[in-house]
Amino acid sequence: MLASEKRLVGWHMVVAIVALFVGSLFGPMQGLEHAGVDMYTPLQDAGLLQSYYQGLSLHGVLNALIWTTFFITGFLTLVTVNSLQTPIRFPWLSWAAFGTMVVGLLVAAVPLLLNQASVLYTFYPPMQAPWYYYLGLVVFVVGSWMTGWSLIATYMKWHGENKGKTAPLLALASIITVVLWQVCTLGVAVEILALIMPWTLNILPGIDSELARTFFWFTGHPLVYFWLLPAYISWYGMMPKQVGGKLFSMPLAYLAFWLFLVLSTPVGFHHQYVDPGVPDFWKWAHALLTYGVFFPSLLTAFNVIASLEIGGRANGGKGVLGWIPKLPWGNPSVAAQLLAMIVFAFGGIGGLINASYNVNLVVHNTAWVPGHFHTTVGTGVTLTFMGILYWMVPYLTGRKLWNPRLAVAQAWTWAIGVVVFSTAMHRLGLLGAPRRTMLGAAIEAYGSNDWRIWTILTATGGIIMFVALVMFIAVVVMTAFRSKERVEVQMPVAEAYEQPLAIPAWLSNWRPWLAATIVLVLLSYGPILVQMIANVQLVSPGFRVW
Amino acid sequence: MIHVDTYEKWWIAISVAVVAIFFATITISSAAMGYQLPYSAQLVNPNTVATTGTFAEPGLRELAPGKYEAVIRAGAKPWVFTPNELKVPVGSQVTFIVTSQDVQHGFLVENTNVNAMLLPGRVTTLTHTFNTPGTYHYLCTEYCGLGHQYMFGTITVE
Repeated sequence: MLASEKRLVGWHMVVAIVALFVGSLFGPMQGLEHAGVDMYTPLQDAGLLQSYYQGLSLHGVLNALIWTTFFITGFLTLVTVNSLQTPIRFPWLSWAAFGTMVVGLLVAAVPLLLNQASVLYTFYPPMQAPWYYYLGLVVFVVGSWMTGWSLIATYMKWHGENKGKTAPLLALASIITVVLWQVCTLGVAVEILALIMPWTLNILPGIDSELARTFFWFTGHPLVYFWLLPAYISWYGMMPKQVGGKLFSMPLAYLAFWLFLVLSTPVGFHHQYVDPGVPDFWKWAHALLTYGVFFPSLLTAFNVIASLEIGGRANGGKGVLGWIPKLPWGNPSVAAQLLAMIVFAFGGIGGLINASYNVNLVVHNTAWVPGHFHTTVGTGVTLTFMGILYWMVPYLTGRKLWNPRLAVAQAWTWAIGVVVFSTAMHRLGLLGAPRRTMLGAAIEAYGSNDWRIWTILTATGGIIMFVALVMFIAVVVMTAFRSKERVEVQMPVAEAYEQPLAIPAWLSNWRPWLAATIVLVLLSYGPILVQMIANVQLVSPGFRVW
Repeated sequence: MIHVDTYEKWWIAISVAVVAIFFATITISSAAMGYQLPYSAQLVNPNTVATTGTFAEPGLRELAPGKYEAVIRAGAKPWVFTPNELKVPVGSQVTFIVTSQDVQHGFLVENTNVNAMLLPGRVTTLTHTFNTPGTYHYLCTEYCGLGHQYMFGTITVE
């Protein structure tokens, strides 16, 4: 990878890590509020933060959207270039993409910081932020598309020079991820450009919140896979190498990524099971497809664990489970990702519960849901990204990782924190505590005393996670600026266990998979969207309720 | 075709079977056992819902012995459900008919399966039979502004 390309990726990581840090500042404050300790009044008095919900909006946007997207666009650039051994085809496009994302972020940050956009990261209409908040979000997403275009152009160039060759898993999976992002973000683009922006500018008389929600969740669920697939890229394509193993089944790894492309988008109604305006048949059809997307996840579970087992046995592990302690737990990159996988397994089970149609009635919009997604995007993804950074920062800077033992301790601290936090939040949800709510205040108003112990554990877990975050920041900052020892690090690339390796043509051909993606989207959304648009109710004016 | 390891074949078969059984279970529970999701084709105008039509006179109505209809309006600024107190005898079947007059809200009745979104312009309908006496709170589960955490009502079952 060229020095200029490393610089490009490095800048992505700088913005991502700053966003993660700033967004995470609110986490312990939210937990403490639940436990009855108010940190907001002094901040209000100082004029720094107007409300819990302004803080929650910043927490969601910075951690779920900005940290993830900047990390992912930078990481996929690194993976594609290294995997194809081809420089970026149009470096100016990648830099322009980065610049566009930063501009979008800055434009959206202004109303967020001025308490004009305390609408949380879902910005459900008819709550209304100023038009330029939504414009900032659109510009940000367009920037992320441009990174995708740059990577696709690079892949096409490689393809032209390597006729008949199958692209390596790492590169193909990266391109699948950016293509998925192009397809699925059409929903939120339509929501903002066709509904929200004209409504904020008084061109439309009102807004239909059910239709807006439907476009939002068209993007909202595949967004989850946009976060997750880069973690899977590392688990499938890098981790086996890092633990001294091999990728157990290379063809099934290709298959899993293709299935994620096809099945990630036509499932959005599983976020709208309890919406009044979506007919049951469509909810049921999306439930079926959501169960479908569980299949590649199960393929992944087997394949990744089998690959790790090969490594553990190569290191001398014996017996059914004896290979597990033989994995290189002392390597912080490995430890972080193994712990991320373990926590994520529970996130997957919880996700199946959420997705189970009428079972959703038990948990919908309760504290269970943030409990769930801190095990998925908050750990399965975030702790994996931290683990990746433990080799990526040395790779980019040429400096040896500072204090690897602290980094290992960081991963364990995060995992312990999230287990405490998420267990408590799941319990609160089952007790009926709502999500996105000042639970400390709600307990005083109507909540049950049974909630109290779990709110204290929520605060405890959140604080432990924040301590782990500070440890993470210390390790990466010290590595980048203080580490003296120079190192040459390579991107880990897993080899296939099966030799000779044969990837059949149907696993390297885009046409059937792209066609299936488009057909499934049209079938699962087409008829109901036509019906909803034909009966559109542009009635709601904008509200500012914060 | 591709080579698939024997253990992995078993794993795939079991995975598919488990998922199929789960899906059959939820489909049957919904189609035959009454665990249904809220859907209503009814549309209302959220801007006039407080002054005209069904929701202008919210409250509890007895439709038949032991069968009630609770018409409820949700609003922000102030953050309240109207009405916020209901009283029914033990064993009553209550159909909640709820809408929002402004932003999105949620509606969850503690210790029941009543849990749904309230959207302006739409009507949310869910039914529950209260067989256990006690006090049940109903609360807003969707962020709806600064007073969201104070938005609740009480059902007394006696």
